[in-house]
Amino acid sequence: MTTFRYASDQSLMVYLGEKIDLDTHRRVLKLLRLLEAEPIPGVRNLHPAYNSILIVIDPVDQEHQNIQHTVATCLDRLDDVHLPEPRTVEIPTVYDGPDLSGVAEIHGITPERVIELHSQAIYTVYFVGFVPGFAYLGGLPAELATPRLEAPRKRVPKGSVAIGGTHTGVYPVDSPGGWRLIGRTSIEIFDPDSAELSKLRIGDQVRFTVCR
Amino acid sequence: MFTTVQDLGRYGYGPIGVSPSGAADPVSLRIGNMLVGNLESDAALEMTLLGGTFVFPDGALVALVGSDFSAPIPMWTAHQMQPGETLKTGPTRDGARCYLCVHGGISVKLLLGSASTHILTGLGGHEGRPLRKGDILHIGESRASKPSTIVPEILEQLKPRKILRATIGPQTDWFSPESVRTFYRSVYTVTEESNRMGLRLEGPALDTPQSGQMTSEGVSLGAIQIPAGGKPIILFVEQQTTGGYPKIANIVSADLASVGQLRPRDQVRFELVTPEAARAFIRDQEELIESAVM
Repeated sequence: MTTFRYASDQSLMVYLGEKIDLDTHRRVLKLLRLLEAEPIPGVRNLHPAYNSILIVIDPVDQEHQNIQHTVATCLDRLDDVHLPEPRTVEIPTVYDGPDLSGVAEIHGITPERVIELHSQAIYTVYFVGFVPGFAYLGGLPAELATPRLEAPRKRVPKGSVAIGGTHTGVYPVDSPGGWRLIGRTSIEIFDPDSAELSKLRIGDQVRFTVCR
Repeated sequence: MFTTVQDLGRYGYGPIGVSPSGAADPVSLRIGNMLVGNLESDAALEMTLLGGTFVFPDGALVALVGSDFSAPIPMWTAHQMQPGETLKTGPTRDGARCYLCVHGGISVKLLLGSASTHILTGLGGHEGRPLRKGDILHIGESRASKPSTIVPEILEQLKPRKILRATIGPQTDWFSPESVRTFYRSVYTVTEESNRMGLRLEGPALDTPQSGQMTSEGVSLGAIQIPAGGKPIILFVEQQTTGGYPKIANIVSADLASVGQLRPRDQVRFELVTPEAARAFIRDQEELIESAVM
């Protein structure tokens, strides 16, 4: 089920499904790839998320109806879009976060078991958003799903590997945050001096490897 | 002092979570650039609430635009600074931001095609941060042409508004009609916790239906989101690219420059307009900007 919604006088929302799952994610990714390969004049930005893409337009030269019409024709072609094999990105992680033992306790398992479960799973980048380079990773083992902290930290250090609800992620910059910190990585997640900028991109597969 | 290098921002990096940034009051920046003969998109200095002291060793053609920061030179006009001359600007007398535009533009290394500073991530601009005492900035190789003069009657029509016009947002229908009425009937005050990422407002709390159940999605510039607690937040130029709070309304494009002139403790109200009206406003504003100088 795809629906369009007016978001502002300079943006249009496309919802490609109702749930957070891999099928919906693939539809988001396919539409994103189409819109990137065949840019629509007057489209200034695209904000993909779990089940939607916000299409930002130039409000002077472009109209919502035109965009909706063009995107609708793209939607008819989604089945023909071939997504290449996703690349796999490894995040070397030192599992010594301040919340590691707390997460273990909540689930009645040892910290070693938390590390084992977290580092054996393969995750999918549903999208990158919120702040530059922040990847929303799906695929967290159900045994590790943990509610966010009741009181968010004022400052989470850059590189922190964390669990929030049913998701896991890495903080690319120092920022406030309510996810539970189980480890850290020393690789740059968002590096303005590198060609790829963001280490993680929508559609990537991610593995955390254990560093001691 | 909070002065940053800004141009019209970097578009197209939503898929990696980078918001455009750029001038908080792009209308003033564009006109200022035209006055000194620059391209509208050239980089300038954006001062916030308080100015600074600037020395021009080689002289420069400059223009101060936006809010009145108690400067000794006239605003909204090109002014020649002589070699070695100093320009001192002070506290604001009206709005939040004043731009110092220089013939040739401010030259910094472009990041993703833009000179704009993105404070949260320390990207772009001059070393990714606000200016400090002793910083040396370079004036660009001018692609610019002749300076212009302002048309006062048109400038008057482009003045910042305190009643901000807004359209529906993607979750307006999640709110009770009573909440929507409260939102449009109330006076809100801009809090001290406001910056280029967002403006937090104080005023009547609104109900937050189904929040917590919302799936994160892309957010628009000028979106008015209602987090737990019910106090509105206007997402601004350095906004997060996605978010999970319902949005009751979205400020029209034509009034975003007015948001850039709001100071802490300023009072605002919102007026609901149709999408068709919003489009007419931005097109009219664009025509005014194009004829603001001669």
